[in-house]
Order: sequence, then C-alpha cells, then structure tokens
Amino acid sequence: MANSQAQRKTVRLKLPVRKGDLDGLEIGTVVYLDGVIYTGREGVYKKVLEEGAELPEGLAELSNVNFHCSPAAAVEPDGSYSVGGVTATASFRFSKWMAEWLRISNAKIIIGKGGMSVEDYRDMLVPAGAIYLTTVGYGTGALLGRGIKAVKAAHWLEELGNAQAMWIFEVENFGPFLVESDLEGNSLFEQQGRLINANLEKLYDGLKAPALSRYGETDDRKDELI
Amino acid sequence: MIDYQTIENAARKIMANAAIDIPPDYRQGIEDMAKWEEGDLSCFVLQTMMDNWNAASEDRRPMCADTGLPRYYVKVGNEARLTDGFTGLERALRSATALATHDIPLRPNRVHPLWRTDHNNNVGINAPEIDWSFEPDVDWIDITTVHKGGLFGTDYRMLFPGDGIDGIKRFFLDTLVAFGKRGLACQPAIIGIGLGGSKDITMVLGKQAACLRTVGDRNPDPKIAELELELKRMGNSIGMGAMGFVGNAMVADCHIEVGYTHTGGMPMSVHAFCLSSRRATVRIHADGKCEYRHDPEWFTPYMRRETVEWPTARHNEKQSV
Repeated sequence: MANSQAQRKTVRLKLPVRKGDLDGLEIGTVVYLDGVIYTGREGVYKKVLEEGAELPEGLAELSNVNFHCSPAAAVEPDGSYSVGGVTATASFRFSKWMAEWLRISNAKIIIGKGGMSVEDYRDMLVPAGAIYLTTVGYGTGALLGRGIKAVKAAHWLEELGNAQAMWIFEVENFGPFLVESDLEGNSLFEQQGRLINANLEKLYDGLKAPALSRYGETDDRKDELI
Repeated sequence: MIDYQTIENAARKIMANAAIDIPPDYRQGIEDMAKWEEGDLSCFVLQTMMDNWNAASEDRRPMCADTGLPRYYVKVGNEARLTDGFTGLERALRSATALATHDIPLRPNRVHPLWRTDHNNNVGINAPEIDWSFEPDVDWIDITTVHKGGLFGTDYRMLFPGDGIDGIKRFFLDTLVAFGKRGLACQPAIIGIGLGGSKDITMVLGKQAACLRTVGDRNPDPKIAELELELKRMGNSIGMGAMGFVGNAMVADCHIEVGYTHTGGMPMSVHAFCLSSRRATVRIHADGKCEYRHDPEWFTPYMRRETVEWPTARHNEKQSV
C-alpha cells in the first residue's frame, strides 16, 4: 500500500481568504476550511447572471468561497434546517457562467467535483486571483457534513428547491479538499492525466475498432470529453 | 398477508440503511484494493472514503449528499399476498421515499427534466422507478433500494457479432477511460455490463449487474465468469486510480449479465456503481417479519432461466395428479 496521508502537506485556511493567503499553495495540497462558504450552481447562476437578481446583501464580505454542491438538508416545521452532508457536483458544466460570476461575487476559491479545463483556469480563475479546490472521492458527504456548524441562510429556497438554492454555511475544519488549480493555473488533474495518457496506447494494442463508428467520436483516448 | 404499513416502514428503514451504511462486501473490496494501490493520491482518496464511511455510520448521516436517483427493485414471491395489492405496494414505496427524504435527510434530487420543478421529496413523474421481478414457490417479497448517481460512468453501444470479445473489451475500456478521467465515475466502482437483449434491456441488465450483485459474486456461466475476471484485471491495469489519479484501483468488481438478443447484433452497456455504492434489501415474510441485508440476491436461477418451462412445485404437483 502506498503511503496516503502521512506524506500529504495539509493546511487550514481561514475564510474569507485575504490577499496573500493563497500565495504559494501548491497543487495536491490537502486543505481544510474555517469560516463561511456558500453553495451556488446552475440555479443560482441563472437567477443572478441571466435574470439579473441581486446577490444577497453583504455576500462578498461574508464569504469568497463558492462550493458547487447541494446539501442533503431538510426544512423542519419550525423553519429550522437539518443538514446531513454535502457532496460536490461536476464543475465543468458551469464554465459559461464562471467569468462573470467571479467578477460580481469576488469569489477567490471555487470548490467542486472534477475541476475545470486548464483553459478555464487560465482565462477565468487566474485573472480573478482564484484557485480551485476539488473534493475527495467524491462522495465524502459525511465528513463534510461534520464540518458544517450552522446554516446562516438559504436564499431562493422556495423558488429553486433545496438542491439549487444558495445555502450559506458556517464551517469548521471543513474538508478534506485537494488544491486542483493554484494561482498560476497549474492543474493536478491535467498533470496526472498526462502521466496516465502515456500508457493508453499500449492498453488498446491489438483491439480492433468496431464495425460501426459513431458521430462526433474522438479516437484519441488522450482527449478529455469535458 | 403483508400489509401497507409493514411495507412502508420497511422501505423507510432500507432507505436509511442504504444511505448511511456502506455494504460490507464493497467495503472489503475497497480495503483490499487499498492494500495494493501504489498511487499516493489514489490511496489518499481510498483512505478518505473509508474515513467517510465510518463518519456516516457513527453519526447516522448519509455517506454521500448526492442522493442520486433513489429507486427500488421488488421481487414478489408467487404465493405472496398483499392487503393493498400491487398499487398499494407502489404507494407505500412512494410514501417511504418522501418520508425518508425528510427524515434522514436526503437531498431532494428529483426534478422535472424540462421545468426543473422539485417537489423536495424525490417523488415525481415516473419517480422513483420500481423494477419488478418474480420468484416461484415462495410467499415473501424482497425490496431493494439503490441510490446511485446518475450523470457519469454509463454508456451504451450497438456492437455486432463480428466485433467479438475485442469489441467488448474496447468499449469497456472506452467507458472506463472516458468517465474515469478526473474521477467523474467516482471509481473504484463495481462495473456492470449488460450484453444482449433488446436495447432497453441491455441498459437494464447492465445497471442491475452493477447495483444488485455483490463484490466477489460470479456469473454461473464459467466462461462469462472468466470474462468478468479478465475485464476486472484489464480495468485495473489502465494505470488510473481513484479520482483519475495515477494508480490502479478502478474496478472493485465486474459483473456481466446477458439476455438473448437479435441474431445480427451484440448490444452492450457499461455502468459504474460508485465509491458510495448504496444498496439495502429487506425481505418481508407473509407474517410481516422483516429481515434486512445488503445482498439483493436479485439474479436467481429463475431470473436467468432459458427454457420455456420452469419446474415449480405447483407445476410438479399438477404433473403428478
């Protein structure tokens, strides 16, 4: 068995992150968060960026961490919330909203599943001074749930439903996450993918292509499909 | 007679069991993989997932907040009798889904595909799905719930007999490589393969193979069993591990199910059950007694029968009269 946890550099970040906090943070580093984060995905992006809804007042001062996820949460009859856990959703789908979102929200950390393309980092996150943290696994819902200490607010809950609402969570020792893209836009997934790609040709050696092809198909397994 | 309330209560309990407790066969599979995984990052992921399962069981909270598409597989004994009939059973499962969504709580994932309407209870048009099967000579019903993510890790392709085993291997690798990058398939996973049947059944068989068979289980056809093991080895030699990081841990196990198909075709589907492989089963006996377990025991010899007749006890009685 490889050495898993012992070797990994681990840091805790206090939120909201200030200028300089993210400097020198390297890809592959394990990160835990303390402070306030908010969820935001297609429902919120459409609401704010396409329909022109105002951001909740004071959001930028409260938190600059946007988590692509939704919680396993329920609203109790007395209006309080019970939260079991949170699990990320794949971020590449939100690329079309990201530049504008970073501009108006002033987010400095994006958390999600699977990262985004290196072009997205170069064109959007790096100019905004933002990094990307990926969740681990990806289903660490229970560990992340333990880190949620309180629900500060749930915006657009009625209209967008539990899964798409913007939840604002107070978190403590919230993680683990891995630094996927740093301030320069270096990507852990891209680096790992390159190493794996080197083996792929050999893997397909001798396996002939099927009789019927498919439209739009790439035959280069080194390509990503996102 | 099995009554409505017994079914609803049992279904609520398996919803919680599935959401919170990782099945022991899958845990063992991942523990074994972690022993030989050589990639540091991939190993870190496996270790973290095991911590997550422990946290879920200790806190009684869902292991993964993506509820996926919670659904049911029901096997009805031919001699089972239900006070409210089959629509009553469906009603009990819909009710249990809504109650469990609030009580556990689960993420209300189910929305209308166009209007994105969310009832906040995982119930809606054609949801939750209920698959039915039958079993001769018994008077119990088995209900299995599966919570499986629904976006990545699955593909379908019409292959032809001339494509042969090579075609199967190639499409298997294609699916693992495509969805394994960045770990979109949440691997290492139980990979289910559907071969044959009509196109829709190809998908159904592969899905059931992934979700309703346990790690270590082999197809009763020795040649298919051999192919399962060969594909498993192949998947674990891609050089890719958890989250698409360098490593080997891709396939916790590989299960193949077949159906007689069109003479000119060999349709194939591939499905990846995830690092939070959530399934739980209850057997409700005629007297209302409930037994809970993690092995759905879905593919019985009766399910895989290939003859016209099936020698049930009742059938045999008739023959001897």
